Amino acid sequence: MKVFQKTACAMLASSLIAGAAQAQISDDEIRIGYLADMSGTYRDLSGPGGLEALKMAVEDFGGQVNGKKIVVFSADDLNKPDVGANTVRQWVDERNVDMVTGMVASSVVLAASKVVEQSGKLALISGAAASSLTNEYCSPNHIHWTYDSYALANGTAKSVLASGGKNWFILTADYAFGHAMEKDITKVVQSDGGKVVGTVRHPFPSSDFSSYILQAQGSGADVIAFANAGADTVNSLMTASQFGVAQSGQKLAGMVVFLNDIHAMGLDVTQGLMLTTGWYWDMNDESRAWAQRYYKRVGKMPGMVPAGIYSATTNYLNAIKATGSDEAQAVRTQMMATPVNDMFAKNGKIRADGRMVHDMYLAQVKTPAESKGEWDLYKIVSTIPGDEAYRPLSESACKLLPKG
Amino acid sequence: MTSLEIKQGAGVLQPNAVQERRQAAARRKRWFYLVLMGVALLAPLAVYPVFLMKLLCFALFACAFNLLLGYAGLLSFGHAAFLASGGYVTGYLLSTYSGLGTELGILAGTLASTALGLVFGLLAIRRQGIYFAMITLALAQLVFFIFVQAPFTGGENGLQGVPRGHLFGVFDLNNNLTLYYVVLAVFVFGFAVIQRTIHSPYGQVLKAIRENEPRAISLGYNVEAHKLLAFVISAALTGLAGATKTVVFQLASLTDAHWHMSGEVILMTLLGGVGTVFGPLVGAGIVVTLQSYLSNGPLGEWVHVILGLIFVICVLLFRVGIVGWVLKLARRNF
Repeated sequence: MKVFQKTACAMLASSLIAGAAQAQISDDEIRIGYLADMSGTYRDLSGPGGLEALKMAVEDFGGQVNGKKIVVFSADDLNKPDVGANTVRQWVDERNVDMVTGMVASSVVLAASKVVEQSGKLALISGAAASSLTNEYCSPNHIHWTYDSYALANGTAKSVLASGGKNWFILTADYAFGHAMEKDITKVVQSDGGKVVGTVRHPFPSSDFSSYILQAQGSGADVIAFANAGADTVNSLMTASQFGVAQSGQKLAGMVVFLNDIHAMGLDVTQGLMLTTGWYWDMNDESRAWAQRYYKRVGKMPGMVPAGIYSATTNYLNAIKATGSDEAQAVRTQMMATPVNDMFAKNGKIRADGRMVHDMYLAQVKTPAESKGEWDLYKIVSTIPGDEAYRPLSESACKLLPKG
Repeated sequence: MTSLEIKQGAGVLQPNAVQERRQAAARRKRWFYLVLMGVALLAPLAVYPVFLMKLLCFALFACAFNLLLGYAGLLSFGHAAFLASGGYVTGYLLSTYSGLGTELGILAGTLASTALGLVFGLLAIRRQGIYFAMITLALAQLVFFIFVQAPFTGGENGLQGVPRGHLFGVFDLNNNLTLYYVVLAVFVFGFAVIQRTIHSPYGQVLKAIRENEPRAISLGYNVEAHKLLAFVISAALTGLAGATKTVVFQLASLTDAHWHMSGEVILMTLLGGVGTVFGPLVGAGIVVTLQSYLSNGPLGEWVHVILGLIFVICVLLFRVGIVGWVLKLARRNF
C-alpha cells in the first residue's frame, strides 16, 4: 500500500510538473542510468570501466548539481535488445530516470532509444557505432557522442585506399551496427574508385571465424575489412593472423578497433594497423591527466568510449547547472548551444540530428620497438577535422532536419 | 487387510456425505479462485505492472506447455518457435498497419502459431519420446534461422517500437494499468481454455494416452488425432502468450525464438510441478522473479548458476515440483 501511495504521489507530482514550468529538477534528484554490456562480447570496451568513468564525472560535481543529488543506476543489457529496452522502461516507469548513457551494442541502443523517445527522456550514446542512430533512426531524445561507423569508415578506409588497396572484402557482424558499417565502408570505397568484391555476415556474437576468414582469403580481395567490434574483432583478427592472411599479401583493416583490443592482441599481431579513433589517452596534458585518474581506479588505460561517457556526462551536468532543469529538451537545447571543450574534444558541437561532431584521429599501431610502455600503443598520424569526418547534414535522412 | 479397511470406511460414509464432501471441496476451490482473482486484480497497485504482465505472459506460456507435457506426456523442445511466431506476426502487423486494432494483431499472431503448430504437430507426433523432442527442436531451429534472415523481423535488432495501440479502438493500451487488465483477461481466457480441456472427456483420454498408449489404442481411440489436437491447442496458447508479450514490451526479438526459451519453459513447468494446474504458474513466477531481481542486483552474472542450482535441488528433493510437493503434503496431512 505504501508503494501505491508513493506511485500515486509520484503520478500526481509528475502531472503537476508537466503542467507547471519545466525549469526544475524532477524528484529533486538527477537520475542517471548506465546501460552496457557488463559480462559479454563488449564488456572490455565499456562495461564496468565506463561506469567508473560515469562515476568520476558525478564525483567531479561533488555528487550534486545546484544542491540536487545525482543518483546513478546501472544494469547489464547482455547485448540483448529486449533486456535493454525492458531495463530502460523499468527505469523510466519506476525510478523516473532522467538520462541514460553507456549504450553500447547498436541493436540494444536502437530498442532502448525508442523507449527513451517515447518517454521523453534523454540518451547520451557513447558506446554504439551505428551511424544510422543519427540518420534514419535519429530522434530528438538522443545524442551520439563518441564516434560512429561513418567517421571510422571515412578515416580508416580512406587511408587504406590511399596506400593502394582497391578490391575489398567485408566481414560484417549481422546486426544494426554491422549493417551501418558495411554501408558506410562501401560508400567510401566506391567513391574513391575501389570495389567491394564480396561480403559475408557472421552472427553476433561469434567465436569461430575460420570459415569466414577462409571465404575472405579465397575472394581474391586486396583488403579484408572487419565490420565488427569488441571480442568479435579480436577473435576474427586473431584467426586471420593464424591463417597467415597478412603474409599472403592481403591487407587487414579493422574498422572498429579500441585501445583494449590492441592491448589484448598485443603489438606483435597488430603492429602497423591503421585505425581511426575519437580520442587517445596520450594526446595532450589534459587527456593524460584524466587517463591517469582513470587508470588508478580501473587498472587499465581508458579507450575512447569511457572517455566519451565522462565527457558526455560532464556536459550534461553542466547543462543542468546552467538551465536549472533536468527536462530532456531543455537540457538538449542547452547542450547544443554550448561547444564541447574538455579532455575529450575541442570545439565539439552537437548538430540538430544529435551528432556530436568533433575531430577524429587517424592512428597507427606502434611496433614493439617503438612502444615505451604497456599502454603506449598508438601514434597519431593525422587529425581529421570533425566536419570532414562525420556525415554531412546534406546527406542525412534524419527527420529532424528541415527538408529541402 | 487394507482393502477391507477401505471397504469398512466406505461403508460408514453415507452417499450424501460423499456428495457433501465433494460440494465442500468445490466450495473451497471456488473461494480459492476468487481470492486468487482478487489478488491478481489488486496486484498492480503494489507491484510494477510491466513486471506483472511479463509474469502473466510467461505463466500462460508455461501453462500451455504443461498441457502438452503434463497431460499428454509429450515433451516438446521447440515451443520457442510458437512464442516467437506469435510475437513477430503480431509485431509486424501492428507496426506496418497502423489502423489495425491491437486485438486483431494478437489474434493474427495466435492464428499464425496455431498453423505452425499444426505443421509441427503433423510431422512430430509420428515419433515418440526423445525422437519427438528432437524433431520439435530441429523444426524450431529452422524457424529460428528464418527469423534471423527474414527482412521483416529485423534480425538481431529485433522488431522495435511496436505500437501498443487501442483495444477495440477505445481503450488506450499505452497506459500500463489498462494494459495490465487486458493481459490479465487474456491470461484468464487461456487458463480457462486449458482447464476446460483438462477436465473434459477429451482431457481424460489424453491422460489415458499418457499413462498407456497401447491400451488407449486398443480401446479404439484415435491416439494420433488426440495428440495432434493437444499439440495445436498448446501451440495456439503459446502464440497467444507471445503475441501479448510483444504488445506489452513493444518489441519482438530473437531471444523468444532461441532454443534457450524452449528450455526455460521446461524449467518453469518442472520447477512448479508438471501435470498440476498451478505448477507452471508458480514455476513461471519463480523463474521470472529471480531473473528480474537478480539481474538488477550484484548477483547479475550468477542468475543462470542460481537457477541451475534450484533446478538440481528440485529434481533431487521434490521431483514432483513445488506445487506437486505441496499437494502431496496436503494429501498426507489433511
